[in-house]
Amino acid sequence: MSLETAIRNRDGAAFVPYIMAGDGGLDQLIPTIERLEAMGATAIELGIPFSDPVADGPIIEAAGMRALADGVTLSGVLDCLIEGTERFSVPIVLMTYLNPVFRFGIQPFFDRAAACGVSGVIIPDLPFEESLELFAGIERNGVAVVPLVTLTSNKQRIDTILSQAEGFVYAVTLKGTTGKVDAFPDELLAHLRSLTERSPVPVLAGFGVHREDQVRALGEACDGVVVGSFIVEALHAGREQDVADLIAAARRVKA
Amino acid sequence: MYTQPVNGKFGPYGGKYIPETLMQAVEELEVAYEEAKLDPEFQERFDALLSEYVGRETPLYYAENMSRRLGTNVYLKREDLNHTGAHKINNTIGQALLAKRMGKQKIVAETGAGQHGVATATVCALLNLECTIFMGEVDVERQELNVFRMELLGATVIPVKSGSRTLKDAVNEALRYWVKHVDDTHYVMGSVLGPHPFPTMVRDFQSVIGTETRRQILDKTGRLPDAVIACVGGGSNAMGMFYPFLNDEDVALYGVEAAGSGVDTDKHAATLTKGEVGVLHGSLMYVLQDGAGQIQEAHSISAGLDYPGVGPEHSFLKDIERVRYAAVTDEAALEACMSLSRHEGIIPALESSHALAYAETLAATMDEDDLLVICLSGRGDKDVHTIRERVGQK
Repeated sequence: MSLETAIRNRDGAAFVPYIMAGDGGLDQLIPTIERLEAMGATAIELGIPFSDPVADGPIIEAAGMRALADGVTLSGVLDCLIEGTERFSVPIVLMTYLNPVFRFGIQPFFDRAAACGVSGVIIPDLPFEESLELFAGIERNGVAVVPLVTLTSNKQRIDTILSQAEGFVYAVTLKGTTGKVDAFPDELLAHLRSLTERSPVPVLAGFGVHREDQVRALGEACDGVVVGSFIVEALHAGREQDVADLIAAARRVKA
Repeated sequence: MYTQPVNGKFGPYGGKYIPETLMQAVEELEVAYEEAKLDPEFQERFDALLSEYVGRETPLYYAENMSRRLGTNVYLKREDLNHTGAHKINNTIGQALLAKRMGKQKIVAETGAGQHGVATATVCALLNLECTIFMGEVDVERQELNVFRMELLGATVIPVKSGSRTLKDAVNEALRYWVKHVDDTHYVMGSVLGPHPFPTMVRDFQSVIGTETRRQILDKTGRLPDAVIACVGGGSNAMGMFYPFLNDEDVALYGVEAAGSGVDTDKHAATLTKGEVGVLHGSLMYVLQDGAGQIQEAHSISAGLDYPGVGPEHSFLKDIERVRYAAVTDEAALEACMSLSRHEGIIPALESSHALAYAETLAATMDEDDLLVICLSGRGDKDVHTIRERVGQK
């Protein structure tokens, strides 16, 4: 099932949990994906650890450092995925900074990612202008390049980004890094509604989300949410029920 | 032979590899900078501050004793005589004036040893801008006095506890802060690094070094130098020095990186010599990285060269072989530092000492009538503690 179809076919609001690949050991990766799928996750955003994660706040950065200390690499994560593809059907979206991909090789990356069943990729330090240039002549083998839209993107930029969006649009909810926030900017809900109206693909809101009321409010204004720091923290602390509860809340949102 | 960046890129290098939230700010900066460049009032104000406040122009000093010793004519471009003791202030003045022009009242910057932080805090005090400086916790401990200097100048210094807790992590944290405060804050990048237009803009503000040098050597000798040497960390003093000479094909240009304990050890900062092409802090350039694309820590006795990347324009100049890049060990830099102190009565910064050390090698291939210019990018007062520790260990 394509990423876009999976999001369109969800119950309630789409819920995409972010996990850091290799945090807690790479041997835990497939079992964690299986459990999140069983809880009702729409897709999984799988973070690749990077030494200099400038778009991330302290929780995800710390998880990345734990994974790096364990020797986790992009190549190792892909190897692990290919071994587990028969065990789950939830779409996988890789979240990786550009340099590990660049080092792997752009075409080899898309070849390998597609072979491993990866549905999409999010590269937070690759704005769409640069992606056009970098991916020119590259065969992406059906791996969607998911664009980010932020509160500082102007209307013209947003229209250009939307016109080329694949998989879904990642709508960043705040000016800042990933984390857990208590209040979103006032203009956010209107921004999300407008994006959803104009976008040819689903719109998911992410950054800062960690409470049920936030999942509900954002899930009503667009197609669903991406939740990172909260999930990473809960899994690290062994609080899986908190994750299950938040996913269940998303499924109760009326579309 | 030499061209300006096309779409923010020098060949393949440079670009804007940054989070989407910053794109608007970086594009506004690009427009504002292009306008400021053409505005005579902006240029006049910049020139006036360089002259009256920084104390430019700086001398191009004929180092008689060193010349005699090396058997060739050595000229030192005395950037160490600038206000705050290094070339860094040329850039911070330019960027702070630009921030004002853009209506931004707040400044954020990163610093390694503290020289760029002090230069930024200084200009913020002068122009009444609110100043926040990120500095790795390790560097905060190593450079206590510079932290106090910045605070004395009214800046807030925030220790960075993430990653390796040094310069690279200070840049990460400054970028994160900028993402959060992008509406009213300008990021004063300290070197020819970061997303376009920073590498070009910082080079332009620093090119006063090379422009003066070119005029001064012509005045003194009636001809251009045979060779010019500058140290390269991120590469701002070198880019400022080299840029006005790029089209003078007979002038050989040498960039000197920090080899730390040696380029064949894992403790060096020789990015162009040993690094591979990658993306860090907004720019495609040579970086020190492992096989999986993780950025590695740099090591150098000189905190100002202790960075695992190098400006995109240097990366390009290496590939087209317009500039030759070499690396000098901690040990050799230290010896060059002590030699200049003893024989010329000038204590150079450890950064600049790398350029001085390479001069010893290069001079052996030069004739007695040749002209060799070395960029003395900063003074060594900040390093006396480090030097004493290292000399004491012997």
